[in-house]
Amino acid sequence: MSTKRKGTLNKEIIGQAIIDACKKLDPRIMARNPVMFVVEIGFIITLLLSIFPTLFGGTSDRGYNMAVSVILLVTILFANFAEALAEGRGKAQADSLKKTKQDTKAKLFQKDGSIKIVDATELRKGDIVLVETNDLIPTDGDVIEGVAAVDESAITGESAPVIKESGGDFCSVTGGTKVISDFIKIIVTSDPGESFLDRMINLVEGAKRQKTPNEIALSTLLVSLTLIFLLVCTTLVPIASYIKVTLPIATLVALLVCLIPTTIGGLLSAIGIAGMDRVTQFNVIAMSGKAVEAAGDINTIILDKTGTITHGNRMASAFLPVKGVSEAELNKVAVHSSLHDETPEGRSVIELAKKFGLSDGELDKTGTEGIEFTADTRMSGTDFSDGRIIRKGAADSVREYIQQQGGKVPGDLESITNKVATAGGTPLVVAEGNRVLGVIYLKDTVKAGMRERFDELRKMGIKTVMCTGDNPLTAATIAKEAGVDDYIAEAKPEDKISVIKQEQAQGKLVAMTGDGTNDAPALAQADVGLAMNTGTIAAKEAANMVDLDSDPTKIIEVVAIGKQLLMTRGALTTFSIANDVAKYFAIIPAMFMLAIPEMKALNIMNLATPQSAILSALLFNAVIIPLLIPLAMKGVKYVPMSASRLLTKNLFIYGLGGVIVPFIGIKLIDILLVMLHVA
Amino acid sequence: MDFLQIGLVLALVIILAIPLAKYLVNVYSLESTKQDRMFGGLERGIYKLSGIHTGDMNWKQYAKALLLSNIVMFFISYLILRFQGVLPGNPSNIGNMDPLLAFNTAASFLTNTNLQHYSGESGLSYLSQMVVIMFLMFTTPATGLSLCMAFFRGLTGQRSMGNFYVDLIRSITRVLLPLSILIGLVLVSQGVPQTLDPTAVATTLEGAKQNIARGPVAALESIKHLGTNGGGFFGVNSAHPFENPNGFTNILEILSMFLIPVALPLTFGYMAKNKKLGWILFSAMGLMFLVFLSVTYFSELNGNPSLEKMGISQENGSMEGKEVRFGIAQSALFTAVTTAATTGTVNNMHDTLTPLGGLVPLAEMMLNCVFGGDGVGTVNIIMYAIMAVFIAGLMVGRTPEFLGKKIEGREMKLIALTILLHPLIILVPSAIALATQMGTSAISNPGFHGITQVVYEFTSSAANNGSGFEGLGDNTPFWNISTGLVMLFGRYFSMIALIAVAGSLLTKKRVPETIGTFKTDNSTFLVILLATVLVIGALTFFPVIALGPVAEWLTIR
Repeated sequence: MSTKRKGTLNKEIIGQAIIDACKKLDPRIMARNPVMFVVEIGFIITLLLSIFPTLFGGTSDRGYNMAVSVILLVTILFANFAEALAEGRGKAQADSLKKTKQDTKAKLFQKDGSIKIVDATELRKGDIVLVETNDLIPTDGDVIEGVAAVDESAITGESAPVIKESGGDFCSVTGGTKVISDFIKIIVTSDPGESFLDRMINLVEGAKRQKTPNEIALSTLLVSLTLIFLLVCTTLVPIASYIKVTLPIATLVALLVCLIPTTIGGLLSAIGIAGMDRVTQFNVIAMSGKAVEAAGDINTIILDKTGTITHGNRMASAFLPVKGVSEAELNKVAVHSSLHDETPEGRSVIELAKKFGLSDGELDKTGTEGIEFTADTRMSGTDFSDGRIIRKGAADSVREYIQQQGGKVPGDLESITNKVATAGGTPLVVAEGNRVLGVIYLKDTVKAGMRERFDELRKMGIKTVMCTGDNPLTAATIAKEAGVDDYIAEAKPEDKISVIKQEQAQGKLVAMTGDGTNDAPALAQADVGLAMNTGTIAAKEAANMVDLDSDPTKIIEVVAIGKQLLMTRGALTTFSIANDVAKYFAIIPAMFMLAIPEMKALNIMNLATPQSAILSALLFNAVIIPLLIPLAMKGVKYVPMSASRLLTKNLFIYGLGGVIVPFIGIKLIDILLVMLHVA
Repeated sequence: MDFLQIGLVLALVIILAIPLAKYLVNVYSLESTKQDRMFGGLERGIYKLSGIHTGDMNWKQYAKALLLSNIVMFFISYLILRFQGVLPGNPSNIGNMDPLLAFNTAASFLTNTNLQHYSGESGLSYLSQMVVIMFLMFTTPATGLSLCMAFFRGLTGQRSMGNFYVDLIRSITRVLLPLSILIGLVLVSQGVPQTLDPTAVATTLEGAKQNIARGPVAALESIKHLGTNGGGFFGVNSAHPFENPNGFTNILEILSMFLIPVALPLTFGYMAKNKKLGWILFSAMGLMFLVFLSVTYFSELNGNPSLEKMGISQENGSMEGKEVRFGIAQSALFTAVTTAATTGTVNNMHDTLTPLGGLVPLAEMMLNCVFGGDGVGTVNIIMYAIMAVFIAGLMVGRTPEFLGKKIEGREMKLIALTILLHPLIILVPSAIALATQMGTSAISNPGFHGITQVVYEFTSSAANNGSGFEGLGDNTPFWNISTGLVMLFGRYFSMIALIAVAGSLLTKKRVPETIGTFKTDNSTFLVILLATVLVIGALTFFPVIALGPVAEWLTIR
């Protein structure tokens, strides 16, 4: 249905990322990431030492200093590359959006009613413009006059045009979309630079990217770990000097860089950007990273019944004949009434009849003529060449029709139609000639796979609440069928907001979807409000996410993406910190082995020489960053399951793996270095 | 036999800790309990006499009350020490303490550290022993317990943080005083002196004159352990036969110093209405303790290779610096317990422990959360638990929560500072001491062992333990000032930071627990918690440990 906004990694993006990675070496930019900034300082120190080996007194090995400094530079570049790559994907998307924001001209109404052509950028809130066929809509606004088909593919990727008209929920138009038929008059609702398109470009570009609360907290932890290890390494010099051990500065720098959490420090912002990006690829625009993070924490999701949980269009679910008519006869006539009916309801009648054993012969259309539904008759049907006239339609119109034809309405018809209506269904009465045969029970049906989705949500500990205007009986039926945890029947718009407040009072985070102006307060109240792009401007402004495909079920995926983002962050932090164990066992014996030969006992990896041990640990530390870039970008694989199982699984992979992998990695690099006679 | 002894003592600790844990819940209950009938009258009298308002406090008021009362105690103690020579209660005619030593001593006892740069029998008058030392020995564990309870209340979402003065007084009237009277009497029955008579003079068989120091020892001895204080009446502490005459008193002293720290995680579990969580915290600390105990026990049992080379039999283990009446098992157990509970009392010379045996007390104090001192140890392990939740909790795809409260930037900042401070106040002064003459001149045993001596001194100060590796000539201005400051920072910074964490968590809305919530009361969390303590806590000190005890061990092997 929709073309996915794929942020594919092409050569261009990678090339640009390499250039950006170098640009980011600027210390002013690096200082924003304290962990990597420490690495850069280490790089500068070792670089100076490779040029002036005696700079800080004593002698030092020039080649070794150079090796350390090169590895450090590469480490920084890898981390910068990860960030640049994530940003690059966002930029590519922004560029495609910018293309739609060409130098648009607008037909502005003057006070005297005449029209003046102005630049779109000159439009202010409250201006009224005319947009005709093949014109681009200059900026965001509401339709005040006219009806037009609008191509919104530039924003949504959805090629089918959307009808926009004044009043109601289809009055808002977005700048950069195109009118493809008729004309509309629009009142401008945003000043230049603030339109939806502008904000979207900003968002995907990451220009205004602010650190999310969890990212800030995590950065605090990483900075404090960095400080601790800085402390450990600097105090080691005087302590070691007491027993007459002098430590080469390059080795100390290497120890420091290995111990501070460079892996997560280097990938943290890339994870954040990539998380937002995954949401965008999903054709959902999140107004902030905070919203995506909050999505992971959602406890309750409020979903509208119609269109979200159910198809909204009703399907035939039973044939109910009146007294004196056999079910088989009703089936047959119902099928005949729907031979030319291509609406979903019509097709569902045939589908249902097939279940009851419809013979293909009944579907022969020869010698029949379809009668279309009109607002006047409110019936449709089929005329046969042998004179049979079959009609189906709403109960009162068929009743009226039968009476006009001089027929008699069966006594039990009303009780049948009432029964169907109270159960939340729609009765469709079938008549042949002037005789009523019975009722087709049309029922709103639950979308395929919803039950499984709700089961998954339950596994994640998320409660689903269905909101519907139906009576409690119908609501209960659908709720049970769909497998939602709770429902609100006969819901008014203000009920949604009170449910949200109730849940929030218990400390829960609530997500909801909506599109109408009357949903706006609830969307604003919810922790994650997903507005449909087809919705009103008010709804979109109140929400913190907008779904360009206007598919309300996507809220579920958004939650999964939020969780995935947090999991990725946690997994890489755990991995990064767990790595320290092996690095210690590589570097500490290497540092002291010359002065204290007995330290060899701690060299449990049996690394060749002190220098090769230190360089191997440092190389591992550098190489692991690009190896983890794909994981940071794609996110940790997420399968809905209980927190305990999820934790055990991730702990096993990233915790235990984080301890073991570097032991193997460092040993392999050491073997390689020896083979290459580098150290 | 050794295992039976050790096992029996540890089993006794657990058996006694469970009822004590429940008792403590009621002691600090914000609602009225049956205990009020027994203690209420006395306490109301104290409140009236001292003009205490018993209303609820927020965390800032609580912290302020804690700090102010401690500052007042500090100055009173300092003045008494300075002028003990002219004050009454000085039958043995002991002189005034000099300013820096008085600063160090006041700081040491105020912070529940009880690092002693003086020798009790010759440095303190009876008045100082009773009014300064014993007074602080009651008030400082009471301060620790109060802080701990305020912290628990914040985390478990109780009505408020409580009232510092009420907590302080209840700690003394309902916990420390009754228990210490009981233990004191038992100690007297075992021959521990309790007298205000001056030093006894005896004539030995050879006709020489011998001064036998004595005094109100039993009273001090009981609260010394119960309050995880550790400052001995005599210089050699619990190795002295008057402080710790026999195997029974040794066990009693181990029990009394371990009891409250072991009960507290369980108390937390009861208060959080999650008994299992209490047991998980207990198990985390218990497992670490068992590992440490085994290392020190087997290391001592195997003897000292250097002595063996000199032809001294090590068949019965390394007995250098140990009392024959306690032997390896009771000495190793005492060492492991005293540094776990950061009491700092010693029944053997830690300086003469084998390198790995000596690593154990050092490591326990570096972690500072293997049960820990009254109140503060449990607070520390919970801090590590919050940290563990923060790191690993993300892996379930939710922002981290502990007991239903979100852990956010503010809490992480405070915890990060606390975690940072501990290595800072150990490593920086150690580095200064080892790099300068004023530090190195105190070292009696240069080389790797010298590093251990210095690092031990500061670790003991920072962890508010107070045991000395000894062998360090530490009554000098440098050591008095540096350790004094380290003790004060080690105690008060983390107290204030963590009470702020609790205060911040208390105001947060509780997120209901679902199947998607990170569970902190199962064995997975136990593993995560242990890993966090080891990786964050232990790796920080790995280099210095490698240069100290580990290098020593590797070179004398």
